[in-house]
Amino acid sequence: MARTTTNRRRTGGFPYLLVLPAVTLFAAFVVAPGGYALLLSFQRRKVNGGLLGGGTHTVFAGLANYRDVLGDSQLWSGVLRMLALGAVTVPATVLFALLFAVLLDLERTRLKRVTRLTIFLPYAVPGVIASLMWGFLYLPATSPIGGDHVDFFGQVAVYFSVGNVAVWGAVGFNMIVIYTALRALPPELFESARLDGASERQIVLRIKVPMVMPAVVMCTLFTVLAALQVFNEPNTLKPLSNAVSSTWVPLMKIYDDAFGNSDIYSAAATSVVLTAAALAVSFVTARIVSSRVQQEAA
Amino acid sequence: MSVLPRGRRGAAAAALLAAGLLTATAACGGGGSDGKAGGAATAKGKDKVTLTFWDWDPNIDKVVAKWNAGHPDIQVKLSNPAGGDQLVAKMITAHEAKNGPDIAKVEYQSLPALVSKGVVADITQWTKDTVTKYDDATLKSTVFQGKVYGVPQDVAPLMFFYRTDLFAKYGLSVPKTWDDFAAEAKTVRSKAPSAYLTNFDAADPGWFTGLAQQAGANWWTTSGDSWKVDIADAPTKKVAGYWQGLVDEGSIAKNPSFSPQWNKQMNDGTLLGWISGAWAPAQLGGIAPATKGKWAVAPLPAWTAGDPATGIWGGSATTVTTDSHHPEQAAQFASWLNTDDAAVTEQVRQINVYPAATAGRSLPVLAAPPAFFPNQPDFYAEVKKVAPAARSFPMWGPDVTVTFTGYTDGFGKALQSGGSFTGALDSMQSATVADMKKLGFTVG
Repeated sequence: MARTTTNRRRTGGFPYLLVLPAVTLFAAFVVAPGGYALLLSFQRRKVNGGLLGGGTHTVFAGLANYRDVLGDSQLWSGVLRMLALGAVTVPATVLFALLFAVLLDLERTRLKRVTRLTIFLPYAVPGVIASLMWGFLYLPATSPIGGDHVDFFGQVAVYFSVGNVAVWGAVGFNMIVIYTALRALPPELFESARLDGASERQIVLRIKVPMVMPAVVMCTLFTVLAALQVFNEPNTLKPLSNAVSSTWVPLMKIYDDAFGNSDIYSAAATSVVLTAAALAVSFVTARIVSSRVQQEAA
Repeated sequence: MSVLPRGRRGAAAAALLAAGLLTATAACGGGGSDGKAGGAATAKGKDKVTLTFWDWDPNIDKVVAKWNAGHPDIQVKLSNPAGGDQLVAKMITAHEAKNGPDIAKVEYQSLPALVSKGVVADITQWTKDTVTKYDDATLKSTVFQGKVYGVPQDVAPLMFFYRTDLFAKYGLSVPKTWDDFAAEAKTVRSKAPSAYLTNFDAADPGWFTGLAQQAGANWWTTSGDSWKVDIADAPTKKVAGYWQGLVDEGSIAKNPSFSPQWNKQMNDGTLLGWISGAWAPAQLGGIAPATKGKWAVAPLPAWTAGDPATGIWGGSATTVTTDSHHPEQAAQFASWLNTDDAAVTEQVRQINVYPAATAGRSLPVLAAPPAFFPNQPDFYAEVKKVAPAARSFPMWGPDVTVTFTGYTDGFGKALQSGGSFTGALDSMQSATVADMKKLGFTVG
């Protein structure tokens, strides 16, 4: 008893020292800028007066920025487009990742390493580069994949075209996550299933998939979060066609406010609103998901 | 990686995402990436001054080198952090952090916005001589309420660039009026079903603004200290209606300019013409390298035959910022750059600008055509002919970026989903007025 106490006293400050760098970085690069953004969101810029304004000053705006943001139809259209895009990307990413992982895990699959690497490779391509390359593939004048017959930037098609770039970039990573989970399952399970007369398909559907569900769920969560932050793909494809406006998704609206219109105050307010929404979505998703998984485990 | 994602884990991820979003925004307020060398360097000696200069013209370094060779006491350090509107955003950010450049190139339409934000300085007292070298129409773009905020660099009357070879092939003549233009657009479609006379560009508002100016639009007018905004005025609606007609009947293409698609179409002869500023020759080399010597310039078609009026697309001024510790020397450089014969000659040669200074328009260097137009020796004579009749708005508004974003989004949407162009004008009008009121301007 006495010994433990001395030990504790001796190491008292040490753990804090260990987390200090992380805490410092977090405070300097996350908490402080976040707090500053929150502060900005309650301000706005006003000109001093006269025809040309004669310089500007910032004023406390109360909740005015938030009122404008919430009443902005452009933002809400952006949110709807983001949701439509998410409806394409989230299921596609997760299902393809699961499919590829399961196929790679089958014993009779050949060229596993090459295939795995090939599917993973797009993840290593920066989103902007990928979007540019896909842009060239989509444009009628440069398309080798039938862009002169199909309008890849049509009103509905554009969601699939943009979503495709995102899916293409994300499947590889998620596949590796699920594949690793599959490899971690004890092989005796499948052996006994086989002895009991289970077919390969039954093993996949009844044993493997349920057992890697936690990994699939985590992939889903990350994909949902990525869908909320969609920016690179539509922003890069924007100059290529008339289909993508400057406020196409919420983050593009924030970017346009901050850098196009030099209104960082509105941009900050929109960021805060979007952040709150993202937090709410994540909490709810995580809550639902974890209770599901626990139920299934029980 | 296959651990069970408990509620906590998701929450942590969410918190990180949230923080990331906030951080990204806060970073916008942070400051310019490019530090200013001027301040520290100048503190050393009383005589020697180093000025920083932001400009995105290709080859402007050669012109600056000329100045530096002749002015050992006032050295200009050039950097190119961004171009056009992006540079405006950078200037505003740098000004917030009090480390803007001394001198910066600013397009005419952005100048009132930068003045209103206190970024660009009043240089009236150092440019008394300089302003006498410009005509009044040109000065209107940089002199507001009697104060000089920049030295004009170039003017770019809106003109019609066309492929001489393809016009000959299809038996077309250069359109004199917009009626001719519409008729020829149809002719092109019937003679060469894959080709178009030109495209309607919803991405870059500059050309449409120029067309509105030609028709007599006055998007912004001022009286005393109050503004009047009239973006959906009758002349602009006339222009919008005209182009809507061409688009609806399929006479012209409707993809954005400066895109890979458009570059290819310009290069392979799918597009026969381009309504553009006098700076087009400098751009065409990059856009359509295979077409050297195949283009010519003509005046913009007129609404009534014989009317020489045209609009303006682009054109810039050299400005001095309020952050500069040496505004006098900076103004001196700006004046030299745009009114000194040797400097302007070098600019024409290196950057293909059409000079804003009156004397600059008669320089011998303008007797030779731009390198990409060897077939049209009188290129600059053509430009000189239309330049006096090029009109801009009485003044650009203080929030043109909002108007321009409204154009891109509104017209893009109309082209995409078959909406009306005049509806897009109305939304540009309301967005512009709302933003000006929000900033605290008096809008009458």
